[in-house]
Amino acid sequence: MSESTPLSARARLAVTAGKAAAAVSRAAGRGSGSVIGGRVALKFDPELLSRLAGHLDVVLISATNGKTTTTRLVAEALRAGGEVVSNALGANMPAGITSALSAGANARFAALEVDEKYLIAVAQDVNPKAIALLNLSRDQLDRAAETRMMAEHWREGLQGTKATVIANADDPLIVWAASSCPNVVWVAAGQAWKDDAWSCPSCGGVLQRPDDTTWRCAECGFGRPTPTWVLTGDSVLDPHGSTWPIHLQLPGRANKANATSAAAVAATFGIAPQVALQRMQSVAAVAGRYDVVQYEGRDIRLLLAKNPAGWLETFSLIDPPPAPVILGVNARGADGTDTSWLWDVDYTRLTGHPIAVIGDRRLDLAVRLEVAGQNFQVFDTAAEAIRNSPPGRIEAIANYTAFQDLRRVVGN
Amino acid sequence: MTASSLRLIWVYPDLLSTYGDQGNVLVVERRARQRGLAVERVDVRSDQPIPTTGDIYLIGGGEDRPQRLAAERLRRDGGLTKAAESGAIIFSVCAGYQILGREFINDLGEREAGLGLLDVISVRGTGARCVGDVLADVDDALGLPQLTGFENHQGVTQLGPGVRPFARVHFGNGNGTGDGTEGAWRDTVFGTYMHGPVMARNPQIADLLLRLHLDVPSLPPVDDRWYDALRAERIAAATQTV
Ligand SMILES: [Zn+2]
Repeated sequence: MSESTPLSARARLAVTAGKAAAAVSRAAGRGSGSVIGGRVALKFDPELLSRLAGHLDVVLISATNGKTTTTRLVAEALRAGGEVVSNALGANMPAGITSALSAGANARFAALEVDEKYLIAVAQDVNPKAIALLNLSRDQLDRAAETRMMAEHWREGLQGTKATVIANADDPLIVWAASSCPNVVWVAAGQAWKDDAWSCPSCGGVLQRPDDTTWRCAECGFGRPTPTWVLTGDSVLDPHGSTWPIHLQLPGRANKANATSAAAVAATFGIAPQVALQRMQSVAAVAGRYDVVQYEGRDIRLLLAKNPAGWLETFSLIDPPPAPVILGVNARGADGTDTSWLWDVDYTRLTGHPIAVIGDRRLDLAVRLEVAGQNFQVFDTAAEAIRNSPPGRIEAIANYTAFQDLRRVVGN
Repeated sequence: MTASSLRLIWVYPDLLSTYGDQGNVLVVERRARQRGLAVERVDVRSDQPIPTTGDIYLIGGGEDRPQRLAAERLRRDGGLTKAAESGAIIFSVCAGYQILGREFINDLGEREAGLGLLDVISVRGTGARCVGDVLADVDDALGLPQLTGFENHQGVTQLGPGVRPFARVHFGNGNGTGDGTEGAWRDTVFGTYMHGPVMARNPQIADLLLRLHLDVPSLPPVDDRWYDALRAERIAAATQTV
């Protein structure tokens, strides 16, 4: 892109202050320190984000689900063209993004996951070449804005953007958000969860879904655009009509969808789909997700699912019955404190699996499973739940802080 | 319909099912089947007519814009009002509760007419959003144990003389009027701000609706072990957080 401009003294000072704060935070045992480092740096220089990104070809990736994984896949693909800087561990607000970018002095590309609420602000700062919008659905009911409001916020903020927007044609809310952009690449990436998109985002009419892929508002005509990238089973159809097989280590339909979007992103940066897809094959786990960990003679696959759409996709990728399943649910700050979303998850899909229930809110889950007629046991700790499961592979599905708890227990 | 069956109508899941409202439907359905009732569950999308011959109608919560759309379509349809006139049992939550009232403030900041099935009027609160565990005593006339729920709303609902408060809160806000009332009811029409969903934490409400439908004083017991454990935990949590 542009030639790299040297950082001003103020910007350099801000980066240094941020690194110092990160070092202190790490020394104090407070994790990687990337967020605190970024926060300190931003305080020293509020325009740091745009300065740090100035010499980079940036792609922003946002969604309710799959943004961390897709960012990782995009980063792997872009490495075919040069050095990439990325917030690989999911620190996706301005402070975490600043911290990631401050390591990118020599990079050519930046692949950045952005929290939905900050997408527009970050896009204004970093002048991205591409923006990928994957999906929008209910998440954290106690504080999140209505999904349509988020789509509207994106729509207004992205109007007239110079970035190429890579958007999921199968999610009506994403189509609504992206359709004000002058340059959109539509991707048929699928969206198994439909319960946040029955109302037409444009006029409020009821969306008609005559088959698995089509959706259209009978009142105003707002409907699915024709995609140029299509996920078909295990392969990607590109805009030239060529089909490329997806070979991922990451499991499930949702990750094939993520790979399809990532291939479309990579293409806007000049990376051919066959090259991009081949590089994505190297990703085995993303921030602990999909990792298989040995513990007490079991192989525990760690699966993160934070909201109904995420649980739905996760159920579709686990081993068939009678594979044992451990379910963990918390309702701490980072999870959202309202557990009523459990009732939007179709737990009858687990019929035939022995289920062990753990987590702070295991009793909410117990009632949910009782009403779904499932066969389950409740345990006070993850270790107990694992010891009481048969040896072999266990599928462990947990929401955000329950997932972190589980990783600590099994030493991941 | 004979007394050994139940026609359960879920009103507008496409608009009013934001806070796990399907939970109330599932709990009523499950507990009816456990008592040997044949259940016909009908999910009515907002472009379909509301059947007037249901036994129990459930209507849930939603965001401001879907709430307005739901009110417009329910007024135009008229089916729920007809059902209420012929004595149907209706249980409503949050946005659904406001719609059953005389009027509420819509997403455009305007007064929107409700169905007038409950003598209540709702406005938008000016304080912080009410979010958290609630503990309340249900109206003695209903003979239910303590109510535990989760509230997540900004509404303030004033009760008129035509309804009684569904409950009185010990912890939490309920109707948000500051007088300790939570929800409203008259005859067989109920409204509450309680999510959770409320029947997962208070299966006795589901049983109340079934008793009203069957017109019996009691029902055969079912295994309430997990409901009881959850209730005890949430009641303790509500008292600890205040
Ligand atoms: Zn429309």
